[in-house]
Amino acid sequence: MSDQAIPGASVTAVAEELPKPGPHRMVLNMGPQHPSTHGVLRLLLELDGETVMKCQPDIGYLHTGIEKEFEQKNYQQAVTLTDRVDYLAPLSNNLGWCLAVEKLLGLEMPPQAQWMRVMLTELTRIQSHLVWLGTHAIDIGAMSVFLYCFREREDILRIFEMFSGQRMMTSYFRIGGLALEPPRGWHQRIKKFIDIFPSRVDEYENLLTNNRIWTGRTKGVGFISLEDMLDLGVTGPMLRAAGLKIDARKDEPYTSYEKFDFEVPTRTENDVFARYQVRVEEMRQSARIVKQALEGMPAGPWKADAPHVVLPDREKMKTQMEALIYHFKIVTEGFRVPEGEVYQVIESPRGELAYYVVSDGTAHPYRVHMRTPSFGNLQCTPNLIVGSLIADVIASIGSEDFVLGDTDR
Amino acid sequence: MLSETLRQNAIATAVEAFDADSITSGKLDRGELTLEIAPGKIVSICGFLKYDQKFVRLSSVTAVDRYPLEPRFEVVYHLHSIDQKQRVRLKCRLEGYEPAIESVTSVWRGANWYEREVFDLFGINFLNHPDLRRIMMPEDWEGHPLRKDYPVTGTRI
Repeated sequence: MSDQAIPGASVTAVAEELPKPGPHRMVLNMGPQHPSTHGVLRLLLELDGETVMKCQPDIGYLHTGIEKEFEQKNYQQAVTLTDRVDYLAPLSNNLGWCLAVEKLLGLEMPPQAQWMRVMLTELTRIQSHLVWLGTHAIDIGAMSVFLYCFREREDILRIFEMFSGQRMMTSYFRIGGLALEPPRGWHQRIKKFIDIFPSRVDEYENLLTNNRIWTGRTKGVGFISLEDMLDLGVTGPMLRAAGLKIDARKDEPYTSYEKFDFEVPTRTENDVFARYQVRVEEMRQSARIVKQALEGMPAGPWKADAPHVVLPDREKMKTQMEALIYHFKIVTEGFRVPEGEVYQVIESPRGELAYYVVSDGTAHPYRVHMRTPSFGNLQCTPNLIVGSLIADVIASIGSEDFVLGDTDR
Repeated sequence: MLSETLRQNAIATAVEAFDADSITSGKLDRGELTLEIAPGKIVSICGFLKYDQKFVRLSSVTAVDRYPLEPRFEVVYHLHSIDQKQRVRLKCRLEGYEPAIESVTSVWRGANWYEREVFDLFGINFLNHPDLRRIMMPEDWEGHPLRKDYPVTGTRI
């Protein structure tokens, strides 16, 4: 134990750094359990009347040491950790991890596995944006949007359950392909959803886009210059709402994204409303990608032909000696990954997600660093809200769309 | 000193032309460029890459612990050029005894939290950093969890 014996002593240490409040100034502690912080973010705000003069974000309440945990697991086991980083976009994280390790292994995925990955990742993007839209609207005061958004999100979660047996912690992408064969009837199920979804997006837009309260609360709020954002490491829809067409799916295509036809929506207003428009348009574009993947899904295997990495079929294990040996080796000690390091970038719903994986040639990763979009985006919070009214703080930080699990890891 | 393969690479040759002493080694592996930079030169090289070579974004700063090897720590910077759609990885090796390196917050303000994270989890000191405090662990925490000699279980709660 250190000499600081009082629990929570560190809290006072942070508060003391702020200047002592004068006759008109007060320090407001927002969070870590404030409902609109969507998790456990703590903001120390210094107010003059209702204007925010200073802001100091305090993170780390959800730090679970996932990067340390990676070093204890073998490569295939570590897939389950990636779900829990960004729990609103589990499949994006599965994909980032699998692509990084496959790049180290030099594995090439068969077309069906790649298209299946694209389709499910885009569904993840839709469901992540739906949660964002619902909660963002509820923060600003539009209660009913939340119910509509969660109705569609439920459909997507049921699709995930159909594929992987899990609604949220799917772990469906594995190194070398998919975890399970795509279930019977998946095609009709997704078709039914994707046929109706664009009209549902119209419904949300009907409720919000021309709503005077909504535009009043969001237009011209939460401005931050593009230069500041690039300097501070902001990525994703926030940059696109400032007019910069940046999207890893187009710039550095992975998993055959180059074969799909979609737009990268941008706006130039660079306020909370523009970010809302960008994300709503992204949902439509993702629906387009899912539709293309559905119609053009190639036939063939859904896992790579790499017996030393991919678990063999059950049937083969009963008839072939080699399959049984490989199974035993993979399950007991995992597979070895050649020495090296990669930085695999993908576009998660929140922005640039990168997995930096260092291998020392054994069956366990030597070091894994996740460059998570929420961590980068959250860093711009003071620039976003200083000088604005306290009521706009909620709208501004809502437009960042961070997930605290993604920030703190 | 650049290897033959790196002589073909525009970024590596540009950095060498800017400051030949700064690069200690480098490699091009799996399509990713890694340049090892002498720790004392990191700020000038980052400034050069940002303003002359258009690497406007700092994607992340992290570290790798090579315990028990010496020099023990590698501080790793990932830079991104939006115009050229290119990425480069810079690496600085630091000795295990009181590791310290100049902060790049003067080049990118966004390095602030990344360097705080490395300071918190690896115990690497960043000189001239505006706000070097722990960011993930509680402020009264002892030790640096991502070091290889830090136990996975059995610590004080």
